[in-house]
Amino acid sequence: MLIYTTLIAPFIEFEFMRRALVGSLALALGAGPVGVLLMLRRMSLMGDAMAHAILPGAAIAFLLAGLNLLALTAGGLLAGLLVATLAGMVARTTELKEDAALAAFFLVSLAAGVTIVSIRGSNIDLLHFLFGSVLALDNQTLLLIAGITTVSLLVLSLIWRPLVLDSVDPGFLRSVSRAGAPVHTLFLALVVLNLVGGFHALGTLLAVGVMMLPAIASRFWARDVTMMVAVSVGIGILSGYAGLLLSFHAALPAGPAIILVAGVIYAGSVIFGKVGGLARRLFPGRHLEA
Amino acid sequence: MTAVVQFRDVTLGYERHPAVHHLDGAIQRGALLAVVGPNGAGKSTLFKGIVGLLKPLSGKIDLADLGEDEIAYLPQVAEIDRSFPIDVYDIVAMGLWRSAGLFGGIGGEDRDRIHEAIAAVGLTGFERRTIATLSGGQMQRVLFARLLLQDARLIVLDEPFTAIDTKTANDLLDIVRRWHRENRTVIAALHDLELVKAAFPEVLLLAREPVAWGRSGDVLTAENLLKARQMCEAFDDQASACVEAA
Repeated sequence: MLIYTTLIAPFIEFEFMRRALVGSLALALGAGPVGVLLMLRRMSLMGDAMAHAILPGAAIAFLLAGLNLLALTAGGLLAGLLVATLAGMVARTTELKEDAALAAFFLVSLAAGVTIVSIRGSNIDLLHFLFGSVLALDNQTLLLIAGITTVSLLVLSLIWRPLVLDSVDPGFLRSVSRAGAPVHTLFLALVVLNLVGGFHALGTLLAVGVMMLPAIASRFWARDVTMMVAVSVGIGILSGYAGLLLSFHAALPAGPAIILVAGVIYAGSVIFGKVGGLARRLFPGRHLEA
Repeated sequence: MTAVVQFRDVTLGYERHPAVHHLDGAIQRGALLAVVGPNGAGKSTLFKGIVGLLKPLSGKIDLADLGEDEIAYLPQVAEIDRSFPIDVYDIVAMGLWRSAGLFGGIGGEDRDRIHEAIAAVGLTGFERRTIATLSGGQMQRVLFARLLLQDARLIVLDEPFTAIDTKTANDLLDIVRRWHRENRTVIAALHDLELVKAAFPEVLLLAREPVAWGRSGDVLTAENLLKARQMCEAFDDQASACVEAA
């Protein structure tokens, strides 16, 4: 009975908990694979930068149209894609490397976004933008997140082969196909798309958490990409579920609770992970015959 | 005999400085050509020119009727991310790109071909090993297995046997000989002159300028090798524009 009241009842009794759960599951499903590839392409910090870049776009939309879902989404998407493109251009045309260019862009974006929201909105609005409101997802938002997840899984399955190839051996891909550049661009678009989805539930500051933490943790449990994606999605779902329960029982803010759970899983993976985890390194067992 | 690659007064280089200077000549279909010369002689530059990664500063490289997917290229330093979580089987399978492409499936027959290629380079049993766990020689075997599947008519190998033990080099050389028997055109940059004499009928000795090109016995003379060694490696920043190019 205790198990039921602790683990299941909150979702049966409260609709907002069910909605939050569905939203986090959808997010984990889409962001998991995207996060794994971001990490393997050594672009983990890029995700962070792009998440911040969404803010001014959404803020301008808010200034023009108020808290309108479509306007916020479009604004966020445009700003995210714009910053990704601009940072790429700066990196190609100047001495700056792409990560440095992005660092500059995301700091400015964050400052600009917060300023713009403050012009018209209250502190509550600002908190919504920065940390989302996973416990207040309406039908429209849920559909949007589910749609984004569907699109990104479909596109990923279509570009999976060249995307993996471009990550492992870009030189070889270039020698057999011209797909490299368009595939990279499409992938960046997917990153932005998933971050915008995450933005509605978790805000600009935390959206990237549900993408990167499970992905990074998955590296400690799997040796090949496909398994890593599966593990990452699993960790994302578990974080969403456990985070919502934690927030419900301990009266903590839901978004941060989800990311904290993902953080604990990450820490556990670093220590106990079976692929290169600390415990395995410290106590490797006796060496083998051959 | 038909030429697969035709060089017409080709100069390749970087920022106007020539790394391969005024090369003329042709590589015939089915040739097994070794390109030798000191470090900095322009071997890799020439190969990049052939596979289309570098545009000539002047002159022209004609590739007869070869499509770009009929050329297989093994760079000297592959850009492979060895830490990427992918296994030997999947890397070798990439060689099927020409037939499978972006979306095509890999069927039972293809899987047999992948296993054959892995067996041909002596890596049976390594299929599920991730590439991070391979030694340098094993990785080179993997790349040769991928080349096998590429089924290309022109195969360009940039120093394929450098930093590899004799046993591995001999095994891989057998594969090169097999390609030669199948009438594919193979070009390889090499440093081991004994190996070149033993296995490559045709040699291009390059030292920025082409020093000699022909049957290996005729090219690899003491006199030619000395000439190649005297080549000046550094670019001259004050160099004036080439008269021949005018």
